[in-house]
Amino acid sequence: MDSGLLREYLPILIFLALAIGLAGLMILASVIAARQRPDSEKLAAYECGFDAFDDARRKFDVRFYLVAILFIIFDLEVAFLFPWAASLSQIGLFGFWSMIVFLAVLTVGFVYEWKKGALEWE
Amino acid sequence: MAKDILVLGPAWPEVFLACAAMALLMLGVFRGESSARLVSWLSVGALAATALLLSGTTPERGLTFGGMFVIDSFAVFMKMLVLLGSALAIVMSLDFNEREKIARFEYPVLFLFATLGMMMMVSASDLISLYLGLELQSLSLYVVAAFRRDSIRSTEAGLKYFVLGALSSGLLLYGASLIYGFAGTTSFAGIARIMVDSAGDMPLGVVFGVVFIAAALAFKVSAAPFHMWTPDVYEGAPTPVTAFFSVAPKIAAVSLLVRVLVEPFGPLVGAWQQIVVALAVVSMLIGGFAAIYQTNIKRLMAYSSIGHIGYALVGLAAGDETGVRGVLVYMSIYLFMNVAAFGAILCMRQQGRMVERIDDLSGLAKNQPMVAAALAISMFSMAGIPPLAGFFGKLYVFLAAISAGLYALAVIGVLTSVVAAYYYLRIVKLMYFDDPVDVFDQPIGRPLGLVLAGTSLFTLLFFVYPAPLIFAAGLAAAALYAG
Amino acid sequence: MIIQALAFYLFSTVLIAAAVMVISARNPVHSVLFLILAFFNAAGLFVLMGAEFLAMILVVVYVGAVAVLFLFVVMMLDIDFSALRQGFLRYAPIGGLVGIVLLVELMWMATVWAVAPGASEVGVARMPAAAQIPNTQALGLVLYTRYVYVFQAAGLVLLVAMIGAIVLTLRQREGVRRQDIARQISRPRERSVELVKMPPRAGV
Repeated sequence: MDSGLLREYLPILIFLALAIGLAGLMILASVIAARQRPDSEKLAAYECGFDAFDDARRKFDVRFYLVAILFIIFDLEVAFLFPWAASLSQIGLFGFWSMIVFLAVLTVGFVYEWKKGALEWE
Repeated sequence: MAKDILVLGPAWPEVFLACAAMALLMLGVFRGESSARLVSWLSVGALAATALLLSGTTPERGLTFGGMFVIDSFAVFMKMLVLLGSALAIVMSLDFNEREKIARFEYPVLFLFATLGMMMMVSASDLISLYLGLELQSLSLYVVAAFRRDSIRSTEAGLKYFVLGALSSGLLLYGASLIYGFAGTTSFAGIARIMVDSAGDMPLGVVFGVVFIAAALAFKVSAAPFHMWTPDVYEGAPTPVTAFFSVAPKIAAVSLLVRVLVEPFGPLVGAWQQIVVALAVVSMLIGGFAAIYQTNIKRLMAYSSIGHIGYALVGLAAGDETGVRGVLVYMSIYLFMNVAAFGAILCMRQQGRMVERIDDLSGLAKNQPMVAAALAISMFSMAGIPPLAGFFGKLYVFLAAISAGLYALAVIGVLTSVVAAYYYLRIVKLMYFDDPVDVFDQPIGRPLGLVLAGTSLFTLLFFVYPAPLIFAAGLAAAALYAG
Repeated sequence: MIIQALAFYLFSTVLIAAAVMVISARNPVHSVLFLILAFFNAAGLFVLMGAEFLAMILVVVYVGAVAVLFLFVVMMLDIDFSALRQGFLRYAPIGGLVGIVLLVELMWMATVWAVAPGASEVGVARMPAAAQIPNTQALGLVLYTRYVYVFQAAGLVLLVAMIGAIVLTLRQREGVRRQDIARQISRPRERSVELVKMPPRAGV
């Protein structure tokens, strides 16, 4: 099993090592080869030549958060579908209907949020 | 395989409640915001119908869903209490929510989901179903704690409850994973078998696992020293929600604690008995002494509920059938007297605003004798003064402790109830012997009035005919030890 | 074998380092980015254990959704983070103590850990060997049938999460004109168009 796992993931591992190595190399090369003239102005925020008006961090509308939460919930729902799809031929009708009930529960939630207008951006 | 898993029989009440909650959600969203009152009453109806279905289930012990769900007399008894607590809390919320302008139909629906989670907790017979029931309950409770979302205190209550609740869930999962790593199964029956087999040399990891699970559940029942969230959450949450918090989730969590300690970890009784004794002593002390300095009535009730959990745990510490019966009797009586107290607190309203200071109660007996009488009955009962119901609750747990040889625990219990009596009786003194300051708003609303009258009468007249409750509790405790 | 051991130590070292950075980074946005790094390394550990499905779910759900949500929250908190750290030193001893206690317990347990002699008969026997069946499929074989109860319970938890998020954050805004497509397309001709007979050369 171990060697099988290794064989399957070796390309990814090599790819990962290459990517990290190459990225490191580039940073290293620029440190060694390029001329370094550090200046605090180079790190300052640049806003069309003006001084920055305010902090880059500002209040988002809470609706962004709501959309993100609803996305996570449906994301999780989809995550449950993968094993179901992979094993549907073996779990029979019971497995099929068990997923349908699960989806129905979340459809109730979906109808709720639709009717509440949580999906509208205005 | 499918046939033995999908035996819905024992779980019909839960299935019904889940469907009812979703149907009411749909009803509410299609009828619009004005449907809050309708949905609330229908929710109470759904809870009643669930109780009816529950009373129709066979009292024999039954397992379903591949051993994840158990039904026995213990579960039926506790579920009845939970359903009653939820229904009373919804009725108490009706007028409050409308006056505070937070009457929305999601409120009773979330109560229903919380109740469903509690019923799943009570019936859990597997670490996984235990966790999911607990999460369903807690998630709904976090939301209702923050339901008055424009109030900073309510939001703070919801957030605090959420963060600390998540922490305790983490402890629970950690403990459960240790147990699973040792026993190789999550089902209570399997764990019990393994525990019996290896009772001789129990590795330390298992004891740690039990400690973590017990600590997480102590968090949920708000037993000291895991109580720190309670006063803030009780103070910040809307008052009917506080009333709900102090009864239904506590009953569910206590029954979960009892079942987990007795069923899978029964052979480890020597290990967990010390934990429960420690929790009981600290809870009774905190409940007795910290409440004295409170000026806010909801905070006072929070500390009082910590103390009451301490008394209930005295019964569990006995670690036998009599002890569990004491816990059950205590929790049932606690339900009634606590609802009565919160009913009276909900009447504390001056010029349309809720007031929460204890001093606001002074002279209440002259203005509203009925409310004052109800609160006084509840306070006397909580102090454990005979012949009120609270006395019998304490009597049964202390008797169990003494028969189990825990004399010191019983003595500490009696001493702390004397301390606690001081602040309960101070409220009675304020109401009856001090001069009135401000008058509370008069019509308290019929649903609230009925709840208040009913629960106080139960507390007052329990001693006339205590047999049915004691008998049912005895049956339930016996069922737990038979299985 | 040696590559696996190497990968394990690499992933776990980076994971712990990233976790330390999550709580010690000055900029909360950096904390979230380190959290994502930690998630990726945890996914790598899952792969090493042969739990590929969990690894992928960790990447899809936690990195793809939860971390994004965290970024939103961090951006939304328009607060002075240096003020937040004021109490850090005061509470650090207590927090450190709790952490050390937990660590000691873990270490202690690792040294005395044992599996019950009967453990393999009660539960694990049901699990098929990983080589015979891909683990996504193995999960599917039990999740929807044997564990149907907890599966549906998870559905209800998600439903409550949905209701909770909407109850706590959604506000109906006043004075917003919404497009009602059903009303637009069901508008009868008579209500929108009027035919007026104009006599020629009469002016209006």
